[in-house]
Amino acid sequence: MNVQTPVEQLKPADYASDQEVRWCPGCGDYAIVKSVQRTMAELQLAPENSVFISGIGCAARFPYYMATYGFHTIHGRAPAIATGTKLANPELDIWVVMGDGDCLSIGGNHTLHALRRNVDIQMLLFNNEIYGLTKGQYSPTSRLGTRSPSTPQGSIDAPVNATVFALGAGARFVARSVDTNQKHLPVMLKRAHAHRGASFVEIIQNCIVYNDGAFSGWTDKAAAADSQIQVEHGKKLVFGKDGDKGLRLDPATLSLEVVTIGENGIGEDDILVHDETNRLLANLLGSMEHPEFPVAIGVLYCDPAETYDAAVHRQIGETLEKTPPTDLNTMLRRGRTWTVAPG
Amino acid sequence: MATKLVDTPSGGESQRESVDSVVIRFAGDSGDGMQLTGTQFTQSTALMGNDLATFPDFPAEIRAPVGTTYGVSAFQINFASYDIMTPGDAPDVLVAMNPAALKVHLRDVPKGGTIVLNTDAFTNRNIAKAGFEANPLEDGTLDNYVTVEIDIQKMTLASVAGIGVTNKEAVRCKNMWALGLMCWMYDRDRQPTVDWIEQRFGKRAPEIAKANIAALNAGHAYGETAELPSGIPAYIVPKADVQPGVYRAVTGTEAVAWGLVTGAHKAGIPLFFGSYPITPASALLHNLSNLKQYGVTTFQAEDEIAAVCSAIGASFAGSIGVTSSSGPGVALKTEGITLAFAAELPLVIVNSQRGGPSTGLPTKTEQSDLYQAVYGRNADSPLPVVASCTAGDCFFAAIEAVRLAVTYMTPVILLTDGYLANAAEPWEIPDVDDVADFKIDFAAGSEEFHPFLRDEKTLARNWAVPGTPGLMHRIGGIEKSYDTGHISYDPENHHRMTKVRAAKVDGIADDIPLQEVAAGPSTGKLAVIGWGSTFGAINQAVERSLAAGLDVAHIHIRHIWPLPRNLGELLAGYDRILVPEMNNGQLITVLRDRFLVPAEGLNQISGLPFKVSDLEAAIRERLESQP
Repeated sequence: MNVQTPVEQLKPADYASDQEVRWCPGCGDYAIVKSVQRTMAELQLAPENSVFISGIGCAARFPYYMATYGFHTIHGRAPAIATGTKLANPELDIWVVMGDGDCLSIGGNHTLHALRRNVDIQMLLFNNEIYGLTKGQYSPTSRLGTRSPSTPQGSIDAPVNATVFALGAGARFVARSVDTNQKHLPVMLKRAHAHRGASFVEIIQNCIVYNDGAFSGWTDKAAAADSQIQVEHGKKLVFGKDGDKGLRLDPATLSLEVVTIGENGIGEDDILVHDETNRLLANLLGSMEHPEFPVAIGVLYCDPAETYDAAVHRQIGETLEKTPPTDLNTMLRRGRTWTVAPG
Repeated sequence: MATKLVDTPSGGESQRESVDSVVIRFAGDSGDGMQLTGTQFTQSTALMGNDLATFPDFPAEIRAPVGTTYGVSAFQINFASYDIMTPGDAPDVLVAMNPAALKVHLRDVPKGGTIVLNTDAFTNRNIAKAGFEANPLEDGTLDNYVTVEIDIQKMTLASVAGIGVTNKEAVRCKNMWALGLMCWMYDRDRQPTVDWIEQRFGKRAPEIAKANIAALNAGHAYGETAELPSGIPAYIVPKADVQPGVYRAVTGTEAVAWGLVTGAHKAGIPLFFGSYPITPASALLHNLSNLKQYGVTTFQAEDEIAAVCSAIGASFAGSIGVTSSSGPGVALKTEGITLAFAAELPLVIVNSQRGGPSTGLPTKTEQSDLYQAVYGRNADSPLPVVASCTAGDCFFAAIEAVRLAVTYMTPVILLTDGYLANAAEPWEIPDVDDVADFKIDFAAGSEEFHPFLRDEKTLARNWAVPGTPGLMHRIGGIEKSYDTGHISYDPENHHRMTKVRAAKVDGIADDIPLQEVAAGPSTGKLAVIGWGSTFGAINQAVERSLAAGLDVAHIHIRHIWPLPRNLGELLAGYDRILVPEMNNGQLITVLRDRFLVPAEGLNQISGLPFKVSDLEAAIRERLESQP
């Protein structure tokens, strides 16, 4: 058997289209597109089999900058369109790019159902907690009290937590990363890509114009070590500059608490070990908010199951086996017919 | 072991009165199985070689409270020894299973008509519930009708005694008893129903199968042996003289499903169907879900929007994406439809119209979504609109919708309605090989490519599907450059693109048949212009008027948009134009707008099909009055 090696390795730049990128200078989306192109090059993904599907918003311009197939659709509907594309051709490798309004406001229903069905697509949420393209209104992920053109006195509705929403919807893969964390984000993208089924990745993204610094309290380099926890399957949930902080489960309240190893009789054995197949733990980790808790980044949950597209085609296969297709004239004559003789 | 009925000597031909046509209406509670009874009677009648048309008329409630007028479900069948086109204006025979059914349907039975009544249901409570002040069997209400009063429930219970079914199951067999009686009265073969019962219950519940068959036979035997009141002979309806060929009964929904499958095969691509349940369109989803072996993928989406979007996503991947709904659902799909229009992807939207607006009359028929189909989108986004006119025609209309969608890279709206979707008619099964192929050539590598390069003749853009090496490209709802296909906000370019999209759709008029006259002369005093499911009623009314020597023609428009090129000229040849529609006047607006003709409307917005007699009267009235 011949093993074919590609004549030329594709580089990150080979995944970039010839279109001029039109995001605001300094936008976090630049870092994300770079990360995605790097990841695709590392995996040597075939551009002709890769499809980027987006809705509407700043993030939704993403497909235009990729030298793959792309479909810039309508607000909130990218998961529904991607579902049709995947069912029509399960061989395609489909990435859905969404902003927070796109994914969780107008498209919340489609996000819910694509996750619940477990369609084999990568769903990237660029969460900047604000509407950018429509000029700065608060979004469904904006924190309470967010002042914006539409909420001059501050927003009064509680935000949705994207990862907890995804878990509640029945997602089998949920991860979180940060736009500028170029070490971490490609790892998450690779994990998402490797997962068969709907992979939901929340990418914390800074909007430099309308919500600049919204996350800097825990994403800035200086703050990161003490305010983020990188979760990894099978490893202890520890964080901090000195690696001496950790998460412990309070069994009385079924809640997490931050503890310091070596203080108050806390030993290493008290610290929880991350199990990415534990949905309850994933919910607890996803719910942690700065500054009370470190923000969890990494694969919060991964527990594969049969994908929707595979199941759809399995049923088609079963049908073909049980009742092979006839020619169409025979199809029209199934069931009761009668013949009127001439004369 | 299949039950074979032994031939019982039917009341020989000499004792049967021969009639050319009969209209029977079965009516009862929505739980009484009237739709089933009607469907089985239809099957037998089709196999007997009569021409027929049916009209199922049922409430929106699945099981409305027993005995109420709003829970009445009815099924009308018209069958004849000649070519018929409508389910009939008025029933010759009404089978009323309870007082509510009598209350609702009595007004439609002409004086002298026959009414079969299930007396058991005429309790004081049911009589009051139906809104009668006194027992209609006793107070003279039915004096002008021929009534057959039978305690059907008692007879049914007696016929199934000893079979081992519960009382509730036994009572449920009374529709089969009534069917058996009707089979005797009109000399229908019970065997198809017996076969159906065994197929349905045989394995799962042999006792229930046995009980149903016993009730069916008992109803038949009752007709043979009982002394029915005078004036109720047994009838025979001779076979219709129809075109030789192989026939089947078909509903519009079945025909649309087969037409879509056939269209996809003619295009050489898979069919993807994304839909969300809505009355009366859901049956199409059910039908296609059972045709998976023919290259069909079905998807029950989370909502109407996801339904159309999934279909668009499938078209993007190289299938013919199809979605279906009724008016309110199509409204929700509108944004998706305009995306497909802007991205120039093929898409078929099937609208089984129902009474509206809003929830309106979900189970009743109407033609009130023509404006929505022709005009109902934001921006300059004209779409081809095709309207099928009979159940059988739904097959060809669906093929045509697929052909236009893939040939012109555009969404196409296919209009049917609740009547077409549910009603059955005998259908001479066509030879699929007679339908020309319209195979798709996807763009392949190496050639000069951008996604909005157009075919010179059709103006359709290139279709390259993901997975094709070398043709990676991006499409979307943002305006694109005519020359490169990339995003463009250039003012002149937008003007040009809007014009070319409109010209593409308008050009379809050169690729559809010229308008023909369905009946009558091609110039004259009066043309009756119809579209959609009113075909049968209008055609019959015009034929009868022609036979009476009136100067009238019938023109039925299938291509609502773009209209046939010769239609304006054709309309100019008539002094007056009458446009009957089951809406408040919609096609009429389009005709006046396009051709500046003084058309007059005839509008019936009752949720019911036109009666032939009403149309005949309207034709006569127009010809006798001054314009």
